[in-house]
Amino acid sequence: MNNPVIQAEDVFVRYHVPQENVRSFKEYLVRIMQRGKLHHDEFLALKGINLTVNQGEFFGIIGANGAGKSTFLKLLAKVMYPTEGRIWVKGQIAPLLAMGAGFHPDLTGRENIFLNGTLLGYKKEELQKRFENIVDFAGIRNFIDSPIRTYSSGMSMRLAFSVATDKKPDILLVDEVMSVGDFSFQEKSLARIHGYQDTGTTTVMVSHSMSRVRENCDRAAWLDKGEIKFLGAADQAVDLYLEHSKIQESVS
Amino acid sequence: MQNEEVVPIEEITPVYDTAKRRIVAIFELVQAWQYRDLILQLVRRDVTSRYKRSVLGVAWTMLNPLGTMLILTIVFSKLFGRIEGYAAYILSGLVIWNFFSQASSTGINNLVRGGPMFTRIYVPRTAFAISSVGTGIVNLLLTLVILFGVMLVIGVPITWVSLLVFIPIILTSLFALGMSLLISSAGIFFEDVVQMYQILMTAWMYFTPIIYDIEILPEFVQRLEQFNPMYHLIKLFRHTTYLGEMFSWADLGWCALFSFGTLIVGWLVFSQVSEQLGYRT
Repeated sequence: MNNPVIQAEDVFVRYHVPQENVRSFKEYLVRIMQRGKLHHDEFLALKGINLTVNQGEFFGIIGANGAGKSTFLKLLAKVMYPTEGRIWVKGQIAPLLAMGAGFHPDLTGRENIFLNGTLLGYKKEELQKRFENIVDFAGIRNFIDSPIRTYSSGMSMRLAFSVATDKKPDILLVDEVMSVGDFSFQEKSLARIHGYQDTGTTTVMVSHSMSRVRENCDRAAWLDKGEIKFLGAADQAVDLYLEHSKIQESVS
Repeated sequence: MQNEEVVPIEEITPVYDTAKRRIVAIFELVQAWQYRDLILQLVRRDVTSRYKRSVLGVAWTMLNPLGTMLILTIVFSKLFGRIEGYAAYILSGLVIWNFFSQASSTGINNLVRGGPMFTRIYVPRTAFAISSVGTGIVNLLLTLVILFGVMLVIGVPITWVSLLVFIPIILTSLFALGMSLLISSAGIFFEDVVQMYQILMTAWMYFTPIIYDIEILPEFVQRLEQFNPMYHLIKLFRHTTYLGEMFSWADLGWCALFSFGTLIVGWLVFSQVSEQLGYRT
């Protein structure tokens, strides 16, 4: 069954990079008076991306640093709009990006669940219903009323993951965060994602870990300097990318 | 884990489509409403992290304006002593001014230094400015207790007009929100705008009749004050507290004009600019 849930049509993203780093208003005024205009360099982060992701797929995005992977993820996460082209996404998105960014160290685990949950767009009522489940999955019941600053980094990441994934999303955006907590929790969180997968969730994962892409993804796109070099089976994408990187290395 | 059925594609909503052009200001408004629980949580966060584990936090909020009032009263009472109930006069001005200044400054800080959240997950950014005003209101209510306390102690009559105190508070909130959105729009591009705003606030405070009466100003400056929104808002607030006399429709009209005007312009500008925020690396 091929039901497209994500589609990118001819997507361009153009960043304006000022030639001089004018960060202050005073400087800006001075420059304007000297030269009349500020010059910008254009940087194309994505150059005409076309791709479709179908419902239930585990889709990987690989490529070197600066290839445009994160930019593409930002487009899906609605943080950014394409300069040209069109993107559409069907369904509710759960981003596993900047996890726990909204955590406040002085507030308790309990309070942070509500803060972080509402930040992800959930209603308070809904979080109240899910509360017990979130706490159990994170395995922090004994610490739920202690401030987050007393948590280990593993504990707070577990809590963040638990909040972000408690409700089955239609689309899951993952950016190198499978390294959450210890081994058993990693297994547990992957199991949860695959469980969602089996019931129709689509996952888009950006990763530098080739073994992870091989293990988990059905299809993958290899991005290079803002262009799709290869789009197809994950194994093949990884092979091609690795081969390319080797050549690059031997050249330099 | 409960076994959930595969959801048929037709039933999956919402569809996010960048090809659908939408009016950003209205979209932002709808989203801010959708995220209203977040706004409440943010207010809660700011209030609890300030007051929760310290009685001192509450005391500080209440004592700070009281201390400033005492000093100002002692220093200036010779000069402006002819103002009846001078301590309450100062305090009423200070309370509402501090509310405005703090709410707008924290709003600007939240929006400009939003952290990794803003560039990685979608949140309606105005929520952070609205919540700052919300936190400001909570603090204001605490200082209001002090204000009425001082009025009781020094014998300034409290009248039924004080029941209307929510009107200037709401109008000042809208004005503070509008200002923080406006300044943030520039602050997103230029960091120093935020510092300039702090300097502007100091100058603005002295320009506004808080510790003095407008009558002492030269004629032409008095006319200039008509263009100072905070002059009108403080006047309205004093009517419902220190003066305890009904304000006129004209007073109310000026305040509403400045507040709604600033808010609408700020909202329009900010929602345009905040689309660019994702592009900041």
